[in-house]
Amino acid sequence: MELYVPILVLAVLAAGFAIFSLTIAPFTGPKRWNRAKLDAYECGIEPTPQPVGGGRFPLKYMITAMLFIVFDIEIIFLYPWAVAFDALGVFGLIEMLLFIVTVLVAYAYVWRRKGLDWD
Amino acid sequence: MNGIQPPTIEYGQLSPLLLVFGAAIVGVLIEALAPRYLRKSLQMPVTLLGLVGAFALVLTVVMQGVPTKAAAEGAIAVDGPALFIWGVILVLAVISVLLINDDNEFVASAAAVPGTPEEEDAIAAGGAHTEIYPLALFAIGGMMLFASANDLLIMFVALEVMSLPLYLLCGLARRRRLLSQEASVKYFLLGAFSSAFFLYGMALVYGFAGTVSLAGISDALGAVGGQNTLLLIGAGMLGVGLLFKIGAAPFQAWKPDVYQGAPTPITALMASGTLVAAFGAVLRVFWVALGNLDWDWRPVMWGVAILTMVAGAVLAITQTDIKRMLAYSSIAHAGFLLTGVIATGAEAQNALSLKGILFYLVAYGITTVGAFAVVTMVRDAGGEAGHLSRWAGLGKRSPALAGVFAFFLLAFAGIPLTSGFFGKYAVFAAAVAGGAVPLVIVGVVSSAVAAFFYVRVIVLMFFSEPAPDGPTIAVPSVGTAGVVAIAAAATVVLGIYPEPVLRLAEDAASTLFIR
Amino acid sequence: MEPAKIVEHAGGVIGASWLMIALPLLGAAILLLGGRRTDRWGHLLGVAMSLASFVVAVVTFFELIGLPGGERRRAVGLFEFIPGLVDMGLLIDPLSISFALLITGVGSLIHIYSIGYMSHDPGRRRFFSYLNLFVAAMLLLVLSHNYVGLYIGWEGVGLASYLLIGFWQYKPSAATAAQKAFIVNRVGDFGLAIGIFTIWTTFGSVTFQGVFESTLKPEQGVLTAIGLLLLLGACGKSAQVPLQSWLLDAMEGPTPVSALIHAATMVTAGVYLVVRSGAVFFPEGSTAALFAAIVGTVTLLAGAIIGMAKDDIKKGLAGSTMSQIGYMMLGAAFGPVGYAFAIGHLITHGFFKANLFLGAGSVMHAMNDEVNMRRYGALRKALPVTFYTFLIGYLAIIGFPLLSGYFTKDGIIETVIHHNEVLGWLAVLGAGLTGFYMSRMVFMTFFGEKRWADDAHPHESPAVMTIPLVLLSIGSIFLGGYLVLGGRFMTFLGPAVGMPEGGVPAFHPFTVPGLATLALVAVGAAIAWLRYGRVPVPVTAPRGSFLTTFARRDLYGDALNESLFMRPGQWLTRIAVFFDNRGVDGLVNGLAAGIGGTSGRLRRVQTGFARSYALSILFGAAVVAGALLLVGNL
Repeated sequence: MELYVPILVLAVLAAGFAIFSLTIAPFTGPKRWNRAKLDAYECGIEPTPQPVGGGRFPLKYMITAMLFIVFDIEIIFLYPWAVAFDALGVFGLIEMLLFIVTVLVAYAYVWRRKGLDWD
Repeated sequence: MNGIQPPTIEYGQLSPLLLVFGAAIVGVLIEALAPRYLRKSLQMPVTLLGLVGAFALVLTVVMQGVPTKAAAEGAIAVDGPALFIWGVILVLAVISVLLINDDNEFVASAAAVPGTPEEEDAIAAGGAHTEIYPLALFAIGGMMLFASANDLLIMFVALEVMSLPLYLLCGLARRRRLLSQEASVKYFLLGAFSSAFFLYGMALVYGFAGTVSLAGISDALGAVGGQNTLLLIGAGMLGVGLLFKIGAAPFQAWKPDVYQGAPTPITALMASGTLVAAFGAVLRVFWVALGNLDWDWRPVMWGVAILTMVAGAVLAITQTDIKRMLAYSSIAHAGFLLTGVIATGAEAQNALSLKGILFYLVAYGITTVGAFAVVTMVRDAGGEAGHLSRWAGLGKRSPALAGVFAFFLLAFAGIPLTSGFFGKYAVFAAAVAGGAVPLVIVGVVSSAVAAFFYVRVIVLMFFSEPAPDGPTIAVPSVGTAGVVAIAAAATVVLGIYPEPVLRLAEDAASTLFIR
Repeated sequence: MEPAKIVEHAGGVIGASWLMIALPLLGAAILLLGGRRTDRWGHLLGVAMSLASFVVAVVTFFELIGLPGGERRRAVGLFEFIPGLVDMGLLIDPLSISFALLITGVGSLIHIYSIGYMSHDPGRRRFFSYLNLFVAAMLLLVLSHNYVGLYIGWEGVGLASYLLIGFWQYKPSAATAAQKAFIVNRVGDFGLAIGIFTIWTTFGSVTFQGVFESTLKPEQGVLTAIGLLLLLGACGKSAQVPLQSWLLDAMEGPTPVSALIHAATMVTAGVYLVVRSGAVFFPEGSTAALFAAIVGTVTLLAGAIIGMAKDDIKKGLAGSTMSQIGYMMLGAAFGPVGYAFAIGHLITHGFFKANLFLGAGSVMHAMNDEVNMRRYGALRKALPVTFYTFLIGYLAIIGFPLLSGYFTKDGIIETVIHHNEVLGWLAVLGAGLTGFYMSRMVFMTFFGEKRWADDAHPHESPAVMTIPLVLLSIGSIFLGGYLVLGGRFMTFLGPAVGMPEGGVPAFHPFTVPGLATLALVAVGAAIAWLRYGRVPVPVTAPRGSFLTTFARRDLYGDALNESLFMRPGQWLTRIAVFFDNRGVDGLVNGLAAGIGGTSGRLRRVQTGFARSYALSILFGAAVVAGALLLVGNL
């Protein structure tokens, strides 16, 4: 049980901080309302007014962000392999190639489907 | 460098999985490189070849002798039950894919907002998204991995690999798109929510056992015993994540909404394949990892099973949509299957229960796909005629189709000479042998309540006057007709001559789960 | 001598004997599922499947007689049906193979005949699919190695019979007759089902092997009870008194159906059941056997009396069928000798009665479906082949010396008289009545002067109909002698039903009962000649005496049923409905409404909002975790 005590303390601290910040903010913070502040936050895109029937809204930003994460994770996997590639030998090489090819296929899909075109 | 060894991977044992995932990746490549007009004619063979090939590989693994040791450093257990479940999932997947082949069920352009000119253009252009095929393959691969994961981490990855494509697929219905998208978002939100429970439970169990491997957890339990708060809460949270996937009460709320909104072929795949896979995972977690904790989880599982059976059967009565009714029926069936999960004991008893569950899964899965295949064929101007009142008098307009559907319903109800009877018989008999007699009584009573609404649909089809503007029966594509025929034949054969499949299930169950 | 032990058998032709059932079943499935697409060649497929089944039966038969006598009871396990309770399998032994040959042989001939008979019917394909279904079910009934399989076949033939009696369901009379047959048979089936349940609880097995070779010695009372329950089943299916009333109405079906189902095969299933179960449930001298004998005697007289007064040729033959099955039932009550003669008579009867029915069908075909014999007369010249074959069938059934019926019927009478004088002499009297009513039929149909309807232009039927007639009449001449002389059939059947203690009794042509039978038959025929051959037959039936009316009204069987069962039944139903509405329905509806109401209320939980679903999951998770903690810390 003792093992968990630090975690518990941390959890209490975190929760306490969140509750404290949220309760104190209305009392201490300045209240200068304007239109932009009242809007919902959507990656800097104006949520209203929208065309009839919802219309299309650009996903480019999010697609780019997601692609970034995918390739970021690819790099994260490459690090440990790079550290131990001599110990893992041919096995590691083939597995890593397979991994990269798999990610490349996804990349090819995005690319060919014009996911990378900004316009 | 010190102590880092390349892991040994048993590629032979894992080949069915690898082939399904490989086919999925090829599918993505086709989407990337092939011109639009060629995609469907390429995807279909790739998908079917992948699935059939994987089935052949499953058979090869069985021929070479069922492995007795977990593969991939103990992460994946390719044992008798896993191979059986793989085979079942692949068979169900093949017939579901034959249903998916129907363009009329899937949206032409998912990105087009419903009711806009873009959508009309897309519909006018015809065709449907072909990404469905690789997505379905990923989901199927995930199902297979889910049922064979011997390690909570792998199981979680499998859970997500299985679920994420399904979330997407649910939103791709061609008609009633808002309903479909709503189903998709709901399924995603609730699925993510339940995954969080699973993950949290995993963390707590890891905290207790210091390992995520099922065998390791079992060993830790054997050494320490079950009086540990973290462990108990962790087991509960793991259970919540898994019970959500099988749609046990009180985690069943998503099922009717999602089943109704999703494109019917996808509903068929979910209702059959996901259920099979999720039961594989439930059995692994509760029998292998938490087997020594059975005194603690069994009473809770009793409650869940009873609640599930009763809720499924009772709520189905007032449903007016055929797909929602089938969803509630699926909930009730999950409850019946849970009675088998509970009936553990000595090894022989476990084998008996496992055999019953495996057979039930085969019988129920195939009949379910057949029933949803029939649903796709009853259409009116707005797509499928889901409302039950539209099915009135169907027996007079199209006696053959209504007859087959009635037969499927009777199989769901567990009438003798259908596969459903032997499924229920096998599971309930095992439960009785395991001492869960009150549970079986609840099961039988729920079956009787359930039989009421199945028969009500039959009465509606055959003894009501058809509406003058009733739905038309779509001329089925070869695939759809084939699915209905295969499902009907399987339901008959398993109802009259269940022995081969029972024997197969018995053989698969006899080794139990390896650790 | 006891019957031989049943041995497990695998492989070989006998191992493949399930094909006998599977082929016609496949035919029925193809024709039913194929729908109109199979209209053009459906009848050919039906015939082919029946013939193929016959070939399998013949090959199996030769394989079986290749085995030594004591090993001729082979159980062929097929598959586990209800795991741990019932295995499906076949019992191939002399008794079952005799039936299989009769069913597929006569069945095939009738299939062929039907090609011609049904050629103008738009539903011919459906007809053949039902016939195939019937053959499959009947074979399952006689070949199954357990009572459950027998029961499935039993219900299967009942279904086929229902479908075929009501084949022309647009005729109200046919639809009613089909329902009547179905309902009356329910009574018998109920007895059979309870009987099988009792067998299961008594012996712990439903296989013939498990029951007949059981080491348990149940109380005699239980055995008698089972015997009587099985007898009730047999009475229903074989139209024995008191469940006889459906058979006469069943003649509404097409004539080949009457020949195959309601004369040659299905109606003999009751005799099969009694003989099959004989050693345990109907041993000589037991109460159950006595009941069977009495039922048989009453039925053989009742059927003959009904046959004497009918002007409808098919109903006359139906009465005759009842009567002849009464003989079989009577014979089956008297041990191995009786079994052999009963089954022998069953087989020869299958031939000559099918012959007579098909002959009658041929006459009807020629006379625009007229069935009233008062509208026939002098057809001898117009339908020569039909006439001569019918004549052979006639001579066979009245027991004309050296024809088939003579040997088997005489055998039954001799056996019965040996055991029970009263019943025996009543059976002799029945033979005399047979002589009268069959002669009357022949004289009214083929002799005398023309009494045809104005638009009747009788013509001989096509070859596809007459060839089966010829083949059947050949069987009607020779089969009886072949089976009985030298005890051939009794020896053959011995391994299945046992042999008499003193060996096979020799055949004596000149015994007192035998001569008396012949004399009575001659008297009956002579009276028929005086009344229907020598003098003209009035076209409208005379009022007749009280006795004639009695016979014409089927011995008031329907009236009896009506006043004894139907009216009280209706009253009972009304009372039951009253209570049902007030009491039971209140309960059931209340329950249903309760469940429905609960369902409706619970349904509101399904709000459609993902947030409330998530809340329910959270709540559920809390409950699960809480419950686990609670249980874990108990």
